[in-house]
Amino acid sequence: MKLWTLRLYSKGRVLGHKRAKRNSRPNTSLIQIEGVSNKEEAQFYLGKRIAYVYKAKREVQGSKVRVIWGRVTRPHGSSGVVKSKFRSNLPPHAFGASVRVMLYPSNI
Amino acid sequence: MPTRGLPPSAISEATMQLNKPHFDPNPVLCIISGIGLDDLKNKVFAKRGLYKGQKKTQKPAAEAPAERAASPPKPSGLRSSITPGTVVILLAGRFRGKRVVFLKQLESGLLLVTGPYKVNGVPLRRVNQAYVIATSTKIDISGVKVDEKVNDAYFAKSSSSAGKSAELEFFEDGKPKAKEAFPESKAADQKEVDKAVIEAIKKTEYLAKYLKASWGLSKGQFPHQLVF
Repeated sequence: MKLWTLRLYSKGRVLGHKRAKRNSRPNTSLIQIEGVSNKEEAQFYLGKRIAYVYKAKREVQGSKVRVIWGRVTRPHGSSGVVKSKFRSNLPPHAFGASVRVMLYPSNI
Repeated sequence: MPTRGLPPSAISEATMQLNKPHFDPNPVLCIISGIGLDDLKNKVFAKRGLYKGQKKTQKPAAEAPAERAASPPKPSGLRSSITPGTVVILLAGRFRGKRVVFLKQLESGLLLVTGPYKVNGVPLRRVNQAYVIATSTKIDISGVKVDEKVNDAYFAKSSSSAGKSAELEFFEDGKPKAKEAFPESKAADQKEVDKAVIEAIKKTEYLAKYLKASWGLSKGQFPHQLVF
């Protein structure tokens, strides 16, 4: 039984697009990072790269797994939620999906 | 001179204004003193010497850029937490999660790192600072001499692989690529550097096992709360 893992990313959830009540801005997504509950803790993750990993039926470049890469841009509110921008906007069916917040670019 | 509608006294005053030694081309002042804006334009034209033609911005002569000596590329800063001998965790790439020893920073700014190879399979390798977490574990590698020949050029990809024509590559696709044997000289360099590093590692108990083990996050561990 493995006593160690090889997870080199923090888990996060896509909460939705940046939005007001009736208008949304799909170029920015809100991400809830596990274990982060206030703005100060979220500072650690600013600039870190995010990967939205998903599967598709058609193989592309030898793999059925696809990624949309993005970065954490700034905190959102005071409870640790974070704004992020991706190379292409996250599709709405990704709301509630998991996202990998990598540990690079690292500053430790 | 189109100073119409003005009494003669005003006209002469206006001309005097234009011909004063210090001519203030302020449109408001000119209007007040009765100078028509056409007169203003003409005067400004004369003042700026525009009859000589609009001055085009001078393009620097061909020699000028060369004269401005290109400042030598500055070595990129090194985080204070990374010092020679620091054990460092690789975050991405083939050896992600491996704990590895930092040797020195190369000219390009990349970090030179070694497993050592016998310990965890990581060879002499270059790594970018941003893809590395520095731990507080330090090894004393003052006795380690990294040869000057191990620099950025040492790691350059061989040009022979680029020489293949597209046709040959197309036909070869699907067949297992012939792997080039790892050059003996590089293996020797690796052994030489690692010998001294491994000696330093053996001084601390469990350090070899520590370097052999990989690092990863487990449940309940959050990087912003960890101390490395």
